[in-house]
Amino acid sequence: MSAAPPLEHPGINLGPAHPETKETKEKRGELLFGFWVFLMSDAVVFGLLFATYAAMLHARAGGPGPEKLYDIKSAFIETLLLLTSSFTFGMASLALKYDKRREELLAWLAVTMCLGALFLGFEVHDFLSMFHKGGGPDRSAYLSAFFALVPLHGLHVTSGIVWMLALIGQIRVHGIDRDVKLGLLRLGLFWHFLDIVWVAIFSTIYLGGLA
Amino acid sequence: MSALQLIFGQLSLKSLPFWEMLKHPTRENLVNGSIATLAAFIVLAGGGIAALLITRHRKWRVLWTEWLTSVDHKRIGIMYIVIAFVMLARALIEANIMRGQMAFAFGGGFLSADHFEQFFTTHGTIMIFFMAMPFLTGLINFVMPLQIGARDVSFPVMNSISLGLTAAGAMLVMVSLDLGKFSTGGWSGYPPYTEAAFNPGVGVDYWIWAVSLSSLGSMMTGINFAVTIYKKRTQGMHFMRMPLFTWTALVTSVLMIFAMPPLTVATGLLALDRYLGFHFFTDHFGGNFMNYVNLFWLFGHPEVYILILPAFGVYSEVFSTFSGKTLYGYKSLVLATMAIGVLSFTVWLHHFFTMGQSANINAVFGIATMLIGVPTGVKVYDWMWTMFRGRVRFTVPLVYGLAFAMLFVIGGMTGVILANPSIDFQVHNTQFLIAHFHNMLVPGTLFGMLAGYHMWFPKAFGFRLDERWGLFSALCFIFGFILAFFPLYGLGLLGYPRRTLDWFDPVYLPYMVAAFVGALIILAGLGGLAVQLVVSIRRRKENEVPAGDPWDGRSLEWAIPAPPPEYNFAVLPVVSSSDAFTHAKEEGTAYRPPREIRDIEMPKNSAMGVIMCIGGFLAGFGLVWHIWWLAVAAALAILTALVGRGFVRDTEKIIPAHEVERCHLRWLAIVAVTRPVSRGEELDPSNAGLAADALAETAE
Repeated sequence: MSAAPPLEHPGINLGPAHPETKETKEKRGELLFGFWVFLMSDAVVFGLLFATYAAMLHARAGGPGPEKLYDIKSAFIETLLLLTSSFTFGMASLALKYDKRREELLAWLAVTMCLGALFLGFEVHDFLSMFHKGGGPDRSAYLSAFFALVPLHGLHVTSGIVWMLALIGQIRVHGIDRDVKLGLLRLGLFWHFLDIVWVAIFSTIYLGGLA
Repeated sequence: MSALQLIFGQLSLKSLPFWEMLKHPTRENLVNGSIATLAAFIVLAGGGIAALLITRHRKWRVLWTEWLTSVDHKRIGIMYIVIAFVMLARALIEANIMRGQMAFAFGGGFLSADHFEQFFTTHGTIMIFFMAMPFLTGLINFVMPLQIGARDVSFPVMNSISLGLTAAGAMLVMVSLDLGKFSTGGWSGYPPYTEAAFNPGVGVDYWIWAVSLSSLGSMMTGINFAVTIYKKRTQGMHFMRMPLFTWTALVTSVLMIFAMPPLTVATGLLALDRYLGFHFFTDHFGGNFMNYVNLFWLFGHPEVYILILPAFGVYSEVFSTFSGKTLYGYKSLVLATMAIGVLSFTVWLHHFFTMGQSANINAVFGIATMLIGVPTGVKVYDWMWTMFRGRVRFTVPLVYGLAFAMLFVIGGMTGVILANPSIDFQVHNTQFLIAHFHNMLVPGTLFGMLAGYHMWFPKAFGFRLDERWGLFSALCFIFGFILAFFPLYGLGLLGYPRRTLDWFDPVYLPYMVAAFVGALIILAGLGGLAVQLVVSIRRRKENEVPAGDPWDGRSLEWAIPAPPPEYNFAVLPVVSSSDAFTHAKEEGTAYRPPREIRDIEMPKNSAMGVIMCIGGFLAGFGLVWHIWWLAVAAALAILTALVGRGFVRDTEKIIPAHEVERCHLRWLAIVAVTRPVSRGEELDPSNAGLAADALAETAE
């Protein structure tokens, strides 16, 4: 065979350390493509909430605005935490791809989870301090839009952590079998997707709001 | 909060449909209470009788193992269509009660305003989300994998979960007849009227959760179908060789993937407003209901094409099959379908021309709307040319098709009229609009789905439906439709608004009476369908088509037995042209024993769909009635089931090759002794599902 093997995009394949039959390859293709499509659908949800936020940015009904409510330092720390967690998830993906020791994979997943949990902790703290300053979602349409968009992202991060816990459980029960690998590939897409959404939240809502 | 409230939330004796009538027995309360109580009784009796029959025939185990937990796309498709028919019956009866009210509404009528509002809300909600959507989803589920030569959809368990969520939504709508009331805000649920300030109580919440459950299900269905069509086509089934029904299924799926999220967002934000005091669409604290209107129609307009495109697909198959000709202008039909898919996202604003944007913006959306008429017009011409000089047989599906082609053009013309903003200002919110969209959705979607039901029923169950009752029913639907809805154009031009309880000008009377008679005729059509089903089941022996090809079909689903085996194809077919099965018949390669049959791996049954159905229903019910413990418990159960499912590894079963071979050879033996029938004998009992050579027939 002189023809080059078909191009496999990074992030959605398992690499040469994981030989595949025609059937398992097809199965992987379907699962990952399906998950991509789901993420596109989810991106529409976030897009609409961004649009809602933009439309309601000035509908403050005399309530507090971004300059009084947002804590840029905290949001910046959250950004660093989440971006780092994307990096550590990348390390977990590499551990999987090159078939390193199971402990290495588990360790990177654990670090990712901790970073995610820390992110959530900071975020909840932010929300509570906004409540404290009289900026709850029932104060104005602008705050309603904020509290629909940003906590929804947090909810996604939470489900990502639950998924990670479930996968770690599966690894303990079944080892790193095909289903676990496919799960990790999809969770990777999900986790990086949440990072992208967060970058948009940080740049438009926090930076844009305080600019 | 008392202990009773903690357990039952807002649920109390007052939630029963006859409570108000017993406490305040005024004439109005007695009439409306009796209707509501009767409806509640019918729901309970229907469920009870079904349970009794299943118990009596000892079918619970069969129901569980072969249907509810089945992940077979064919069975899931059939279950979707069962839901669609049950909901169609309810919504059609409601339509008749409404038309009855309108006919007698000179100075009053018999329905109370609140009850009438519930009628038009449930009628619209059911017809869109729980009749049309399940019907087309069921039809695609059954047909599409067969047409592309696949053994199942890409995600069979998710398919079952989608069905479960749709069923949960439908159950919420049904339960609202027995406990509490449904929304009075119309199928589109515009705030601020649907906000807690104006509409406290459970009605709007029933609507929110029923619609949300079904839209989640539809979004997953869209992903499932799109991935199946992209990834699971058999060898040689290139995109431009796919049957047109599969093409429409693909575009519909893409629309579902991108158009369902706006609905989820709209209902979700409305729920936040109602439950947690947010201010998205309230009329104070900066809320703006126009955001809802935009979100809703960002979903709502693509939804219209989700509803109509599969019907276009069915008609394409019907015209081509029952004319014995290749579809005329296949490429143009594919392009038109895709063009409609794209344009459907560019016209949502025409649903509210009168709500405040500038004339220039209206003009842009008006022109975009008129543009959609172009690809649709192309399609109608293609279908006409498909029939031209064909061997046309006036079977039930073709009768529906002909009625569609004529009526749909009229409806399209009124659509172009409405697309002109300056005319829309005159007739918006009148019966003219009601006439227009029923003119699109009844001959378009409903007739299309019924045509598909008649066409593929023999494939699903192995026997043909009774033709005479089918024709009776089709004619009732067609002429009933004309009588019920054409007068509404006149009513609209006379200025009669939609959703209006009563009237005081006798000039409306003849239109109202005609429309009521039309509605009754449509109801007779539904009765005809029921009789047809019973008659057909009784005479199934003489209408059997075990060879599987009763209509001289052109695509792969006709190349296999009827009903098809669980794995669909003993050996996955290899395709080398469009109209794959017709091609095989002409080449003489159809019904050839395969060289090598292998073991087939199929997905095992799963209870996930049932769990999601019950969990989704209970979560929705808890949220509606503010029974928080129930909502939380159901949500936790759903989460546990999802996580638990991830630990399951034993998800596939093997159907051994000898078993497959035995079934396949038995079928081939049947085919070998079956007498081929010509197209003239298609409706004769001698049609056992083997088509005579069409070329030979022409030569005779």
